[in-house]
Amino acid sequence: MDNIWLQIAMAVTIGMMLFFLFPRAMHWMKNGPKAEQGDWMAAVIPLLAVVAFVILLVMLV
Amino acid sequence: MNRFNQTIAQPAQSALSVNKVIKNTYMLLSATLLFSGVMAMVSMFFAMPPIAYMVSVIGAMLLGMFVLPRTANSSAGVGVIFLITGMLGFGLGAILTLYLKLPHGPQTIATALGGTGVIFLGLSGYALTSKRDFSFMGGFVFAGMLVMMVAIIANIFLHLPFLSLAISAGVMLLMSAYILFQTSQMMNGGETNYIYATYSLYMAIFNIFISLLQILGIFGGDD
Repeated sequence: MDNIWLQIAMAVTIGMMLFFLFPRAMHWMKNGPKAEQGDWMAAVIPLLAVVAFVILLVMLV
Repeated sequence: MNRFNQTIAQPAQSALSVNKVIKNTYMLLSATLLFSGVMAMVSMFFAMPPIAYMVSVIGAMLLGMFVLPRTANSSAGVGVIFLITGMLGFGLGAILTLYLKLPHGPQTIATALGGTGVIFLGLSGYALTSKRDFSFMGGFVFAGMLVMMVAIIANIFLHLPFLSLAISAGVMLLMSAYILFQTSQMMNGGETNYIYATYSLYMAIFNIFISLLQILGIFGGDD
């Protein structure tokens, strides 16, 4: 990561990706389906399981 | 009678095409992961410097943005996806070479690899079997990606260890949510192109592995 030109190239590439992703993000935020009752809970539980699993891995290493 | 037959045939055809997308995606994903692993070993054999990682990631991102959308609907897309995943694997090898030099390097790499496998299989299995539609997470996932990208760009120049750790944790959670979202999209007919689906899932797995490697590298092996 010491090469400043490579860092600039990386930043520009990620910036381009940001530009590409922005309309898609806006589309999903405006027109995406809304969560129904219990939907968020069904998504949060596996994500919490991932967090717990990572903590377990950190303790194992 | 004809109309009645059509009513029955359409959902059956839709289910068949969904099954085909899921099957093709997981087959191509397995092949690209294997190829990526081979390329990582080639890179480690030649002890590539860390600069190879950045060059590979930049190349793969450019291919993903400009070449993949033009080829994703043809057989050339399969070649492009192998090129992208091969480049990312080659770049990953340079990072793994660095980690192998650390005291607990091999253990960290093995744990990150196993952990990534468990997370991906667990989340995909959950999304496939729960029959829930996680499409509602689209806005959250894409908005989160935008925030993460801004933070990543800032940290390329700032080199803040705490921000780096926060990015790794954030990317891990976002990519986990993205696996739920993408798998759900495949199941509900939102994603009909298996090349795009493979690219999305591969990127999620790659990012989870890199983030987990970084988290374990920071917290693990404190002696």
